[in-house]
Parts: sequence; structure tokens; C-alpha cells
Amino acid sequence: MIALRNVTAAIFALALVTAQPATAQDKSIVVASTTSTQDSGLFEYLLPKFKEKSGITVKVVAQGTGQALDTGKRCDADVVFVHARAQEEKFVADGTGVKRFPVMYNDFVIVGPKSDPAGIKGAKDVAKALITVKDKGAPFFSRGDRSGTHSAELALWKTSGVDIEKDKGTWYKSLGQGMGATLNTAAASNGYTLTDRATWINFKNKQDLAIAVEGDRKLFNQYGVMLVNPAKCPSVKKDLGQAFIDYLVSPHGQQDIAGYRIDGQSLFFPNATDAGT
Amino acid sequence: MRAPDTDLPIVLSGITVKAGAVTILDGVTQTIAAGAPTVLIGPNGAGKTTLLRVVMGLAKPDAGSIVWGNRDDAAKVRRAIVFQRPVMLRRSAAANIAYALGAAGVPRAQHETCIAELLSLVGLDALATRPARKLSGGEQQRLALARALARDPSVLLLDETTASLDPAATKAIEDIIRAVAGRGVKVVMSTHDLGQARRLGGDVVLMHRGRVIEHGPAAQFFAQPKTEQARAFIAGELLV
Amino acid sequence: MSGDTSALTLILSGDPGLYRIIGLSLVVSLSAVACAAVIGIPLGALIALTRFRGRDGVIVVLNALMGLPPVVVGLGVYLALSRSGPLGSFGILFTPQAMIIAQTILVTPIIAALTRQTVEDLWLEYRDELAAMDIGPAARIGTLVWDARFSLMTALLAGFGRAAAEVGAIIIVGGNIDGFTRTMTTAIALETSKGDLPLAIGLGIVLIAIVVIINALAWAARRTGERYAG
Repeated sequence: MIALRNVTAAIFALALVTAQPATAQDKSIVVASTTSTQDSGLFEYLLPKFKEKSGITVKVVAQGTGQALDTGKRCDADVVFVHARAQEEKFVADGTGVKRFPVMYNDFVIVGPKSDPAGIKGAKDVAKALITVKDKGAPFFSRGDRSGTHSAELALWKTSGVDIEKDKGTWYKSLGQGMGATLNTAAASNGYTLTDRATWINFKNKQDLAIAVEGDRKLFNQYGVMLVNPAKCPSVKKDLGQAFIDYLVSPHGQQDIAGYRIDGQSLFFPNATDAGT
Repeated sequence: MRAPDTDLPIVLSGITVKAGAVTILDGVTQTIAAGAPTVLIGPNGAGKTTLLRVVMGLAKPDAGSIVWGNRDDAAKVRRAIVFQRPVMLRRSAAANIAYALGAAGVPRAQHETCIAELLSLVGLDALATRPARKLSGGEQQRLALARALARDPSVLLLDETTASLDPAATKAIEDIIRAVAGRGVKVVMSTHDLGQARRLGGDVVLMHRGRVIEHGPAAQFFAQPKTEQARAFIAGELLV
Repeated sequence: MSGDTSALTLILSGDPGLYRIIGLSLVVSLSAVACAAVIGIPLGALIALTRFRGRDGVIVVLNALMGLPPVVVGLGVYLALSRSGPLGSFGILFTPQAMIIAQTILVTPIIAALTRQTVEDLWLEYRDELAAMDIGPAARIGTLVWDARFSLMTALLAGFGRAAAEVGAIIIVGGNIDGFTRTMTTAIALETSKGDLPLAIGLGIVLIAIVVIINALAWAARRTGERYAG
């Protein structure tokens, strides 16, 4: 019993030690980002390279884009790195973010069962493909979580002229889950879903799923990064956060992003220097 | 020995205890004075246990008064009780006694000596480190006695202490009681065993239905009972 | 922790990432149990030994709190610790400390409720004996908690089981940050979302094995203790 007491005391002491608040010397920042950048494995590849150059530890909290922007808004992150341009611009316009920097893009793809019950395989026009899915009532799984991918999906329905709120039937299932969970569900129930290509390539439980529609300009998926405004959030580590952003858009950082490949495929395409992204 | 103050005599006047509608003690008036053990006898439900609890100060009478050595609010320091089924603390035999010593305010430095003395008095020297709950029934009763004596009581109350013990274990307990009484500790004990009452009793109190029926010196009580109930009880007849 | 590796390979190869995750899981859960014990045991004992108006209500609420939804606790702690929340100035959101706080809140009612029950049962048994020895209220609590220590170990283990298995609260307040706030359960959630189900299952088996080992150690300690102190 004495021994147990000592163990408990030791654990308690350890908890207190680990409970030291982050000190000034601790060079680390919190980045609120999306599940796609994490699930695709990009951060695991990129962050050690950045740390080597700068000595800064980046702590990534992977959420949906909407939640990530919220985290920034609550001053709980130093940098927000997401993919929903309209929401990002609003974030900056609000004064919550300092400035938006485009970093890279990849594209969305529609994946679905190899048997292709909706018959959309190889379609060049994503809008037509979505209308077909709807008309045939083929099962479609939506993230439904205010993420960047969810926003993109809603925008695509809109472009297709489908009022998804009104037209959705039992074939359309809104999950309120991350990308991986949504892919798991689609794989298990032979349905279609919209995913970013990076997550798709790195996803290990594809089962009978395959890419059905890709390559349409409308499927373009731009990532942007913003420093949370220190004027609104005094706790923001301005210099460290900006150093991370500077790295991402620097030639070095852009080269590193381009260098992330799985099975010879690039997952993200740097485009910080392109105007209008 | 600590302060020579004593709780004796204990004077009960018109003690009544009720549990709901049932009267357990019905106007008991009784004086317990120094001397040889006082033995309470009587059928089940006569009120012996409750009387002991009142004497200990554990049960508050609904009516009547009790005075311990001229004080009516005496602390329990000089009294101790051994319940019919004593509860062993989940510790070793020695630690059980140490606990009682601590509760009685005995300085820690004296614990070791006191524990050794008490264990030897009740014949448990060899079992000091044994978990108390692993002791036999008789051993537990003896440990409970040692624990009660750790309070260095002037009055020791025993409730059916040998009720479920075999003759050898009963004899061990009776020997301890005799030794304790021989040191001047007033023993008040209840028992079902008339033989035990004869062997140990200085005076005998016969109780029935919450009342004291007869009280007198043991020899006289057994030889020439004054009441019909006492005669019947001694003869082994059922009191109803 | 990437690529086509199984959990078994990771363990056998001594993968430092995996060991860090296991270590953090243990530190967080055991710290939470320790904090919860420091709060919950005296609290439970106090409720067991005192009588006051509304006591029944307190007991019902305490018992019900054993089923606190982790995600709700996580959200509450998140809002409290957020920079824009009341405790934001501590700056401990997305840290192990925040996870310990959330799990302490989850585990304390379990330990307090089970302590209350255990101590109350023991109190019924000890009441006369302690009253006869004139034991005061504070010493009473100490005695009963000490004598109930082996039963209370079960309460601690129940709390540990809850903490070790829980993901809903710590993923919200910890953020599942790689190498910093990633635990066994959040790693399992992440690997599942990456579709690496074999690794997720493997990690799950490792987690279960750890919980079994902790319980076995506690059981052995109890058996040994009981032999000497019964």
C-alpha cells in the first residue's frame, strides 16, 4: 500500500512537471489545419524539414476548415491553414486573420464503387456527373461538417443547378464526419463521395472504391494560410507564426511541398506565386 | 495507569429506551458499583444489550437519567465495550490494538510496550502480525478484549462475549475476565450461560421484557431466588 | 507511425513514436486518476458520513455523473481553456495538462460515487466500534478510507479504465497533436480516419493489453496487501 502511495505521488509529481505552462523559450506554434493535410501525411513530411531550418515546433490541430477557422477566431491557434477561399477571405476581412497567402493546390475527385451504378465513370463535366448521381438515386456520402471539402461539395451542387437542401433524398447521406471516416463509410456501403486527391491517395481502406470523376477545372482545391491577427489575439506568436508562413510560400518551402509524393504521385502542387489564387 | 478518576458508581434511574412503538428498556433503575463482575442474564430481547449500550453511552435513553461517577456527561475514556460480534479493523492484530491506544490518547512512544503487554494478557503474542480478520472467532474475541483494555477502562462492558465459542475458547476468555477483574476493573457482562454467571458473577441482574426483575449477590441469587421468574429461569424454564 | 506497418512491428521495432504515445496515454490517464482520487475519495467519504438536507439528491446526481458524456466535458473544458474563455490566460488548451483536467472531471464522479458506496457500507459495520472508541469525524474518514483501501482500488481502476478508453474529451481539448498530445485512443481515431484499419486495430489491441497489465498489477498488489493486512 505504501508502494502504491509512492507511485501515485510520483505520477502526481510527474503531472505537475509536465504541466509547466509553455515558456517563452519554447519555440512552438499551434496551427489549426484541416484533416486533409494531416490525413494525407503532408505535415509528417513537411514539419520536420521546417523544424530543421527554423528550430520551430509546429503543433497541428487537424479539424475541418470551418472548425479550424473557429479555433483561430477564438485565439487558440497562431496560424490557420485551410482550403475554402471564400471563408478565408471573410476571416481576413473580419480582421481575425492578418493576410491570406495562397500556398498550394490539389484537386477534388469523385470516388465511387468500381461497378459504377450511376454510370459516371470518366465524365469530364462534374456538374453533369452529379446530376446523374441524383437522378439515379445512387448513394452519395457528404462530409456534412462545414469543412473545406464540404463547402466545395455544396458549391458543386449549386453549379450543377441542384438545390441539394431541397432535392436530397434517402440516397444523400450527410455524415458530419472527417474525410477518412466518410471514405470508410463510402467504402463500406458502395457509395460515391467527394474527396481531395491527397487524402484519397494516402487512404488505406479503399476496398472497392475507385476514382470516377477527375480533372474538371471546377474540382480545383486551393489551400491558403493566414496568421491570426495579434491585434485581436495578443497570445498569438506573431514572429514564429509568420516564419512558418514565410517558409510555406518561400521557394524552399514550395519545393518541399512539390517533393511530397506517394507512389510517384504528387499530392499537392505549390502555387504561392500564382496571382489570383 | 493514568488518572485515578473513575466512572463508578454508575447510577441509572428510570431509564426508558424505545425503538418506534416498542419499549426496549422500561424504567430501569440500577446502580453499578465497584467490585466483582456484574452479570446480566435474561431471555433474548430482555434488553441486556441495550442496557450495556446505555451504560457505555452509545444509546441515549428516551427517559430517565444516567450518572457516571457523579457526572452525567462523562467522556468514554474510562469505559470500554466488547460487542457480541466485534468488528476487526482490516489490519494486523497489533495494529488493531495500536489504533485503540491512539484513540485513547496513549502516546505513541508507549504503544510498543502496551501492545506487547495486552497481546500477552490475551494470549495472542504469537499472532501479532496476523491480519485480524483471519483470526478464529475466539481469537477475535480475545483481540477485541485487548483492544477494549487498551483504553485502560475502569468499567469494561462485555456483551455475550463467549456466545458462539467452544469450551476451550470460552475458558480462555473467562480466565482473562477473571484476571482483569482481579486488577480492579469493574466488569459488567451479559451472558446466556448460567454456568458462566455462576463462575464469574459477583452479583446477578435478571432482566425480562426491558425491566430488572431481580438483583442480588450471585450465590444468593442462585441458591434462593426471590422471584418466581428467577426461580423459573434458573430451572431452565422458558420466560414468556 | 506511417507506411504499411503493423502495430506489432512497431512494438517489436521499438518505434519511438509509438512508445511516446503509450507513455503519454499512461501519464495523462494515471495523472487524471491521481487527481480524481485526491478529490473524489475525501468527497465520497464525506458524503457517506454526513447527513444533510438534499443528500439523496446529491447522491443521485453523483451517481448520474458517472455517465458524463466525454464529448460534453471536452467541449466545456475547451470553452473554459480557450484563449477567449475564462481560463484562457493559462494558455493550456491543446496541451497534456488540458487533457488531464478533462479526464479528471470525467473520473472524479466515478471515484467519488464508488467511494461513497464503499465507505457507507463499511461505516454501517464500523459505526458502533468507532463510536465506542470515541473516534472524531475526521479520524473516522481516515480510518474508513484506509480500511476500505482494497475496495477503493477497484474504484480507482474503474476510473482508470474510463480515462484510458476515452477519446471524446481529450481529442477536443488536446487537439491530437502529433508527438505532443496524441494518445493511444486519439491515434486509433486518426488511423481509422486514414483508413489504416489494421494499424488502428493493432493499436487497439496494444491499448487493451496495457489496461489488462495495469489491472493485473493492481490485482497482484491487492492480493499481496490483503495477505499481510487483511
